[in-house]
Order: sequence, then structure tokens, then C-alpha cells
Amino acid sequence: MSTSTAASGVTPIGRSETGGDGEISIHAFRGRPKPDLAILLRIARMALRYRWRMAVAIGATIAAAIFQLLVPQFVGAAVDHAQGSLTGGGAAARAALFVAALALLGSSVMRGLFTMVHNYLGESVGQHLGYELRLLYYEKLQRLSFSFHDRVQTGDLITRGMLDIEGVRKFVDSAFLRLILLILLVGIGSYILLGNDLVLGLLALSFVPFVAWRAIVMRFKLGRSWRMLQDRLSVLTTVMSENLEGIRIVRAFVARVHEMDKFRRVSDNALALAKQRITIRMRNTSVMTYAYFCAMGLVLWVGGLKIIDGEITIGKLAEFLAFMTILQMPVRHTGMMINGIARASASGARLFEILDLEPEIRDKPGAPELEIRDGVLRFDDVRFAYQDESGQDGSGQDGSGKRDIVSGISFEVRRGRTVGIVGPPGSGKSTIAHLIPRFYDVTGGAITIDGQDIRDVTLESLRRAVGVVQQDTFMFTAPIERNVAYGDPWANRDRIAGATESAQLHDYVVSLPLGYETLVGERGISLSGGQRQRLSIARSLLPTPSVLVFDDSTAAIDAATEQRIRAALREATENRATIIISHRLSSLMHAEEILFIDGGRIVERGSHGELVAAGGRYRALYDLQTNPGGGAAAEASRRAREGAGGGLGS
Amino acid sequence: MTVSTATTAPPGLGNGRPGDRRLVTALEGDRDEQIFGAAFDGGVIRRFLGFLRPYHRHLLAAIVAVLVFVLTQLAIPLIIRYAIDNALVQGATDRAFLELAVVAFLLVISVNAAANFCQLAIVGRTAEQVLFDLRQAMYAHLQRVSLSFMDQTEVGRLMARLQGDVDALQEFLESTISAIGDLVLLLGIIVVLLSLDWQLGLFTLSVVPILFVVRIVWLPHARRAFMRARQTSSVVNGALAENINGVRTVQEMNRERVNFDLFEEKAGDNLRSHLRASKFAQIMVPMVDCLTGAAMAIVIIVGGNLVLREALDLGVMVAFIFYVQRFFDPIRSLTLQHTMMQRAMVSGRRIFEVLDVPIQVRDKADALEITDTDGSIEFRNVTFGYLPGQPVLKDISFRVEPGETIALVGPTGSGKTSITALAHRFYDVWEGQVLLGGHDVRDVTQDSLGRQISMVLQEPFLFSGTVYDNIKYCKADAGHGEVEAAARVVGAHDFITALPGGYHTMLQQRGGNLSIGQRQLISFARAIVADRKILVLDEATASIDSYTEMRIQKALARLLEGRTGMVIAHRLATVRGADRIIVLQDGRIIETGTHDELMDRRGLYFRLYSMNYASFDDIPDELIREVLGAGSST
Repeated sequence: MSTSTAASGVTPIGRSETGGDGEISIHAFRGRPKPDLAILLRIARMALRYRWRMAVAIGATIAAAIFQLLVPQFVGAAVDHAQGSLTGGGAAARAALFVAALALLGSSVMRGLFTMVHNYLGESVGQHLGYELRLLYYEKLQRLSFSFHDRVQTGDLITRGMLDIEGVRKFVDSAFLRLILLILLVGIGSYILLGNDLVLGLLALSFVPFVAWRAIVMRFKLGRSWRMLQDRLSVLTTVMSENLEGIRIVRAFVARVHEMDKFRRVSDNALALAKQRITIRMRNTSVMTYAYFCAMGLVLWVGGLKIIDGEITIGKLAEFLAFMTILQMPVRHTGMMINGIARASASGARLFEILDLEPEIRDKPGAPELEIRDGVLRFDDVRFAYQDESGQDGSGQDGSGKRDIVSGISFEVRRGRTVGIVGPPGSGKSTIAHLIPRFYDVTGGAITIDGQDIRDVTLESLRRAVGVVQQDTFMFTAPIERNVAYGDPWANRDRIAGATESAQLHDYVVSLPLGYETLVGERGISLSGGQRQRLSIARSLLPTPSVLVFDDSTAAIDAATEQRIRAALREATENRATIIISHRLSSLMHAEEILFIDGGRIVERGSHGELVAAGGRYRALYDLQTNPGGGAAAEASRRAREGAGGGLGS
Repeated sequence: MTVSTATTAPPGLGNGRPGDRRLVTALEGDRDEQIFGAAFDGGVIRRFLGFLRPYHRHLLAAIVAVLVFVLTQLAIPLIIRYAIDNALVQGATDRAFLELAVVAFLLVISVNAAANFCQLAIVGRTAEQVLFDLRQAMYAHLQRVSLSFMDQTEVGRLMARLQGDVDALQEFLESTISAIGDLVLLLGIIVVLLSLDWQLGLFTLSVVPILFVVRIVWLPHARRAFMRARQTSSVVNGALAENINGVRTVQEMNRERVNFDLFEEKAGDNLRSHLRASKFAQIMVPMVDCLTGAAMAIVIIVGGNLVLREALDLGVMVAFIFYVQRFFDPIRSLTLQHTMMQRAMVSGRRIFEVLDVPIQVRDKADALEITDTDGSIEFRNVTFGYLPGQPVLKDISFRVEPGETIALVGPTGSGKTSITALAHRFYDVWEGQVLLGGHDVRDVTQDSLGRQISMVLQEPFLFSGTVYDNIKYCKADAGHGEVEAAARVVGAHDFITALPGGYHTMLQQRGGNLSIGQRQLISFARAIVADRKILVLDEATASIDSYTEMRIQKALARLLEGRTGMVIAHRLATVRGADRIIVLQDGRIIETGTHDELMDRRGLYFRLYSMNYASFDDIPDELIREVLGAGSST
């Protein structure tokens, strides 16, 4: 039942084991977790590439440690001088005190300066690394194929991009160098202390192995609980954002109680884990501090005895204690450091998981640009089935668990021509549209443009040549103008206005107070479904593709408006191959060839006239659409037509 | 011909972009948000304390633990001092006193460890608890605020508050109690120093004012740098989130390269501003170290001389050194505390902003629980709008008889959706009355009102989970048979069983593995399982193909039997199937009647219908003006 028990290689459509008790898994994918050490080393390697910064930072760390470790010696000396035991008192003692004070001040200042350098450079490397990871992550997400984005929740991706990059960065800029500093302090300190007095030195350091052991235990426990917590928080994110996006449904069904229960279940789940994490951390932190103080007590006791026996001076004891005081902060921070390390390895794992993915669809090495000559698009016995992650190169040979979404699709469309595709929902119409710009790769057969297999040319040139107008398009938070010019950012105002005019959107835009500057998207005004689709059409027109695919992109646009759009596009479509996918026949009956798709196969094909004459399924659909309701209504319709003296009709 | 290279054209071509402007400014304009304010906001603190109140015992315990912790911390140098002065000083060594001191030391550190654990664990756990409470309060509140608020506020911004701002408080909360501890420790050290030896104490503390002077100079600059850094972070994260949400469009439009350049600029800003902030933060480190060194030097010179003159015990001097060594740690953490406070205040304000959104629609104290109504709906002289002075519905009156189906048609903005929303009491009317089964909707509880109505919206919305979960939705007691029966009624059963997991197929985000038509069928089935007296369809068939639509129409005809239907119609077929059609224009009813009656009347409906408009929604304004103008002249 735990959300973290994710199976690897889940198919795009997973199965719920439990019969649906509202348990949500965010893991559309996850391989075997890599060992933490490998991840930390990888982060360290990345950090070490900032060579001079790291070198100077580590140098500064060493210097800071040395200067800091000088302080106890001066303290010890000062204590002895104050007793006058070494100098016999008087002016000599006062001078010695003065020297010790100056030396102490000097080493404090130096320690401060070097610490500043070490902190700053540490953070600088961390920030640079964060910057680098951020860009890599962004770029990777842009390149990963649709099939990846189908599997993965956007909320989870956003979390990774925000919190996990932060986790890795923080590790580099604080925990990493702090760890080095701690090791140096303990290392150099033990050298000095053990050289000073073996027994006292051993006692003073006796807590170190204990702390190290606890730290390792804690690191293990925290790493696991951090990963689980991240996952549960992602589920919480999904629950919340879905609720807010679907708030009308929630209200309409009076589902507040249900939704609150769902939220509480997930939230309590995460809270319990968060609390457990804190207990683990705090228990270990206090145990470590206790061990440290016990060692201090031992030093006090044995050191005291040694003083009584005259073996060492009070100054020496003060030196040991001052040294231990220096270690107090780092020991207190061990918990934080370990937490940082645990977080970094969990975050790193989640980041690298994405960064290491290769887009399933990518350029072949040395792929040439697509060259458009006659603008002929050909489907040659095309087959497509969704792939398992594990079967990226399976090409569907085993065929067992994979069902073809489309198969045996062959057709050709050339410049100036139009192919229409119609069929019931889920018949594979949109899949055909998605195959042309290689949002997915065919699993059988081939798609060619002017004889070039689209898998052999660069993605960029292919996608520049193919425009897909989607049924639902994304509005970016930007002015309308920028949204229309999304595919061609440097298009000038005239071309933008031309495209919106063709899409019958210009009049609406200029009627807005801010016109083309009106902000749309998340923070802007909301457009109606029809307006969005018209904007989508305008958007696709600007980059002047050679193949234009309308993927049910006029469903929310009124038929008459669509007619006008098509009239406006007539000139533009002269120069390109057009595919129109629609379930509204008036949208595509002018096409030279119409394919009727069902169950992923072409069941009827021909021109509108031929198909109507054939009296098959297309004909049935045609009758349905031209004569809805039948009977009296049809009669009314006929009367209406006569009464109006013909409209803009088909 | 080769493919055009439009997207790779050098920046500076087209739309007159001046060469020196940055890509971000050119393409997106400057849209930084102002997100910062004062470090202390009494209102926020007070409200925040309200959330702490349920845990006041925990907090009390935590404060006691902090105090005990601080006291034990303070005691340690004193014990060392005791040991030195009573057991170790030359000529006066005493093993018994040393052992006493060691025992006392062990006792103190044991208490210290216990107090430390209590302090950290209680604070940490309570902080988590409070944060989850805050989030839950916000979430619960959002379930009740008016829909017009939800319509205007996009989800991303709310999520930022539910998560980002709550997380920002975490750091603050956890560190606040330790900051209190630091403050007490600081005061404690001062008190102990002065009482051990007030002269040496004063000398030693004389360096502290310097720190405050430095801070006064430093703070305004540092604050600006910190703000800027945080601002750029939110810009970068916003850009990342938007690109993830729109990634399909990005790939479709071949925008990867341009977007990457834009993002690189933003990330670069972020990097630079953080480095700048870091400089400001780090400059304080050597300052503090200088002062620590200076204070210790004072102790050594002044204190050492006093010891030499036997005017001061050696143990006191050693204790001084240990205190001074620890003295500046709290000051350093308190420096960080300020920025954290500032951040927390902003987040707190944003959280309470959400909690302050008024809940406009509330149950009356004596609201009725309606269980069985006849399902009639009546609007009596209803005037309603979303913005003051801009009514969307103007003096609307009509009645839907039990079992009757009416269709609402009219152009966008004519008020159709508002009518269905008022029937469900998503909003309250300005004037007039909405009655459901003879009860004013304001007199009955919202929950019982909601149980009379089911709705299907234009854009089908599905939740993560299985198909089964989605159809059953909030009706916990719906069995498998009921769900399957509903799916059969709407003709969804066949495609559901064809899915690899059948009814237990997990849906991807928002049902992404289904076509829109299939999603809509599932949302139909959901409405059927809910089984309410009144069914509201909001242009629900817009995205369904004719075949499916025909099936749905048949299913609906069955479903609507014995139920009252309110259909916002988009398609002719839906309209004609209705018992009555209400034509809306600009917030008023301009025609009502059956299809045939309206056709005979030759008004707006007739004109639109006869012009072959398949949909009554997406009609150009000029056409309406023309039709209405023609209508009034005849």
C-alpha cells in the first residue's frame, strides 16, 4: 500500500492492485535506486569541476581550520602566563599575556577571513552547480518525448526542478565543505592533541567514533525517510492541485467531505513521516552532543587528576577544553550535515533519474536536415503501439502485451492536397497526427516526407516542416501577440495579425482594451474553448509549415466560423499538404481523400462522394450529422432552410 | 527548397527588438512581482499564534526545555571554573572537589542532553504539525470560498501558497525556538559575566556595540540583496513550471531553443543575485570573528593581569574565555534569523490572504435539510452578476417543472452558465429568488441542495485513480455493479473493458490516456451514479463525435426520465430534444418555447438555426447584432 513501492517499468496504463481505495501512486517510472554513495560522488565530481574555486575553497578551509586550532594553544598559554607559573610573574608575564592575546586576535581574524572565503566559494560552487543542473534539467525535460510526459505527473517534475535542485545545491554549498572542515578540525586537532598528551588526547577524541557511527546510522535512516517523504509530498501536491483544478466538479458533487478525507489521509500520512524524521534526527543529534560532553567530562576528570599529580598545567587543560569547545558547533551541526547529505542523495537520485534518461525520440547521429521538394507525406503500412519502458527497442515483435493503437495505415498527401480522417473516439485518429512530427515513433512501417524517412532527419527540421494544430493548446502567461508568435518569436506584428485574421481571431483581439498586449495564460484573461482553438490555429500558421495537421482543432469552433477560416486558409493550403482530423464531417468533406478509421485501421476510404455513395459507416455518420433527430425535427430543419433562403451551409 | 529557418533567425530581426535589450525583456516584458515587506507584522504574528494555540502545552514544554538547556549550557564553564579554583590551583589541589565537579558535570550534561532532545523534538514535531494544520486550513477554506474567486485565481498561484509559503514557514518555525534559546543564552552569558566580575565583564562586552553599528550599516544593503535573490528564484521556478506544463506545445512549436535561451537568462539572473546575497551574508563572518578575537584578547590581557595581581580567580578567567568563545554563536544565528523572519512574514501574509477570502455562500443557522423534492426549479426576478454594477442576469424569471428538460441557448456571455450555477447556489443572487422544489435555495443546507443536482461540465475533469474510482467518485457506497451499469447506460462499458486493466485501469494525469470523448463518457457515468433529481449539462457534448453523441443522447433521454434537466445547449440535437428552449441574450430571456414554436416565431433562434449554426455559442457579435437589428425592425 505504500506509495513508495513502485514497480519499475510500468506501462503507460498501469493497473491498480487494490481495486481503488483512492490510493495514488505517482510512480509512473522508477528504476532500482542507485547506491547513495554513487550519487554523492557524482555530485562531488560535478562540484570538483569548478576546479580553481574548489581548490581555493579547500585551501581556505585548511587555513581556517589551522588558524582556528591555534586559538586553544594561545588560550592555554594565556592561562599559564596568568598564573605566572612559567615566567615567574611580573612584567615578563604581562608581556607574555599581551603576546598571547595578540596572537589569538590575529588567528581569529585570519580564521574569519578564511572562513569567509571558504563559505563564499562554497556557496559560489553550489550556486553554479545549481545553475548548471537547472539548465540541464530544463533542457532535458524539453527534449524528453511525449511518452515520458504521458507517464509522469507534472507536479512531480516541478518538485524535482525546484526542491531537488535546491537539495543538491545546499549539500554542495554547505554540507560538503563543512564536512571537509570537520574532518580537518578533527584530524589536525587530534594530531596536535595526541602529540600534546596521549591519554588526554584519546579521551578528548573518544566521542568521535561514536558520533561517526551514529552519523552513519542516521544518514541511512534519514535517507530512506527523506525519499519516502518526498514521494508522499508529491502525492499531496497531486491531490491538492487536482482538487483545485476540478473545483467545479468537487462543488457540483458536494464532494467536500470526500475531498477533505482524501486530503487528510495523504496529509496525515506525510505528516507522520515528517515527524518520524524529526525524531530520528533529533534523537541522534542529542545523543551525539551527549557523547561529546561525556568526553569533555572525562577530559576534565583525568586532566584534573593529572594537574593534581603535577603532570600537566591548568593551561594545558584549558587548551584541551578550548579545543573541544571549537568542536561543539560542528558536532551540533553534524545532524544538519547528515540531513543535508541524506537529502542530497535522495534529491540527486531523483534528479539524475531524469537527467540520465535519453529521449526515446532523438536525432540519429549525423542526421541530415529534412529537405522539402514536392511536399509529399506518405504513410506506409504504419503501425503504432505504446511501448513499455523496458521495450524501447522492442519494435513490437513480441506483440504479446502491446496492442496496436493503429495498424496498416497507408496513405499519401501532397502539397495543395487534403486528407481527411474521421472515426469514433479512441479509434487512433490523434495517434496518426502525433506520429507525423515524431511525438511518438512508429512501431512498424514508415512515414516519409519526400521520400525521407522522418526518423532519419533531424527532429528540429522535421518539426519546423510539420505543424500540428491541437484540440487543446497551452496558453503561456504572455501577451496574446507572444502566444500567437510562439513558434516564430521574431515574427512582426503584420504577420501576427495576418495569422489571427486567417484564424478569425483578429477582430476579437482588437476589441480587447489592451489588444494584442492582453495577457493570457495562468495570470491573464481566460479564453473560451473556441477562442483557444482559433489562437492555436493562428499559432500554427506563423512558422509556415509544409505539412499542416488539424487534430480535431475546430471542435469548439462553430461550423460557419470554421468555413470562414478555411476560406481564409485556402491560399495558404495551396502550398502545403493538409490533414484534417475531425468528427465533424463538414470540416473535412472537401478533402480529396477521406479515411474512416476504426479500431486503429482504415475501414473505408475515398472521396466524400464515393463514401456517401458506398453507403457504409461514413454514410451513416453523414446521415446522422445532416439529419439529426429525424422525423419532425428534420422537417423543421427543412422548413428552416427554405425559410432562410439558404444559409452559409455546406 | 529547404525548410525555412525562421526560429533560428538571429535575434534583432522582426518586431523591432533593440539589440541591447535582453531576450527576456524582448519576449516577455518585465513582470517581476513585488513579494517582500517588513520583517515584523503584528497581524501575521497574532494570527499565527492562533494556530499555535492548540499546542500551547507543547510550546510551554518546549520553552521550559529551552530554558533548562540554556541553564545547563551556562553551568558548564562555571563547573570548570569551580574545578579549577577549588581543586586544581597550585598549592590547593583537592581530589574530592575535582570528583565533585566531575559528578556535577555529568549531572548537568545529562540534563542538558535530555533538555536538548525535548527542545528539538517538540519544536520540530510541533512545527510540522502546525504547518500541516495551516495547509489543511487553507485547503479546507478553498473548498468553501466562492467559485468566482476560484475562477479568477489560477491553480498555480494557490499551489504556491499551499506549498512554497508553508515550506518557507517551516524553516522559520524550527529556528524560532532555537532563536529564543540563543537570545536567552546571550542574556544569560551577559548576566553570568557581569556577576562573575562586573569590571572584566564590562570590558569584555565593550566590543558588542561595534557589532550593532556594523549591522545597522549592513542590514539595508543585505536585505535588498536577499530580496532580489528570492525574487529571481521565484521567477526561475515559475518559468520552469510553466514550461513543464506546456511542454507539448513547446515541442510542437519547436520552441526548445528559444525557451532555453530565455531560461538561461533567468537562471543567470538568479545565479548572480544569489552570489551577491552570499557576499553580503559572508562579510559578517570575519566581523564576528574579529570581535570574538578582540573580546578574548581583552579577557586575556585584562583578566590575565588581574589574575597575576591575584585580584581575580584563575577559574573565572577560564570561564570568561569559554563564555566568550560561545558568545557570538547566538549573535550569528540571530543575524540569519532576521532574513528568515522577513521571508516568513511575507509567506504568512500570503497564507492569511487565502484564509481571509470571504466565504460568501453560507448555510443559514436554521437551514433546512431537504431530502426529497419534486425537482422543480424556479427563478423569480433574478438579478445577478460577478462584478458590482455589471449584472450578468437581469430580472430573469422562469420555471422548470418536475421532469421537464429545458435547454438554455445563447451566445457566450449571455448568462447560461450563471443560471446553472445559481441553481446549485454556487453564488447568491443580488435580487430575486431561486427556488428548488419550492424552497428558496438560501433556506436549505448547501449539502442537501447539492445532493439534488448532478452536473456534467464542458471540459471533463477526471482525478488520479482508477476508472472505477472516477465513476463512483464521492459516492462511497456505490458497488461495482452500479458503476458498471452506469457505464453501460452511457456506452462507456465497451471501451473501459478494452483498457488493459478494465475498470481498474489507473488513469494518467487528468485521464491523459483517454480521448476527450472517452473522458466525457466517464464523467457522464459519474453523474449517473450520483443519481440526483436534477441533471445539469453544461455544453457537455461539445467534444464528442456524432456517434458517441447519438449514444449519449439516447442515454440521456433515459436518464432524464423522471428527472428535471437543465441543458446548456451547444448542439442542435440537444436543443431539439428539449421540452422547452430558453434563448438568452445579454442576461435576458428573449424567447422561450419548443423548437417548433420558436421556429414559427422567426426570432433570434430561428435566424441562427436557419443560418446553419450548429452551435449557439461561438457566434460572432456582428451576426447577433445584425440578427437582432433585423428582428426588431420586422
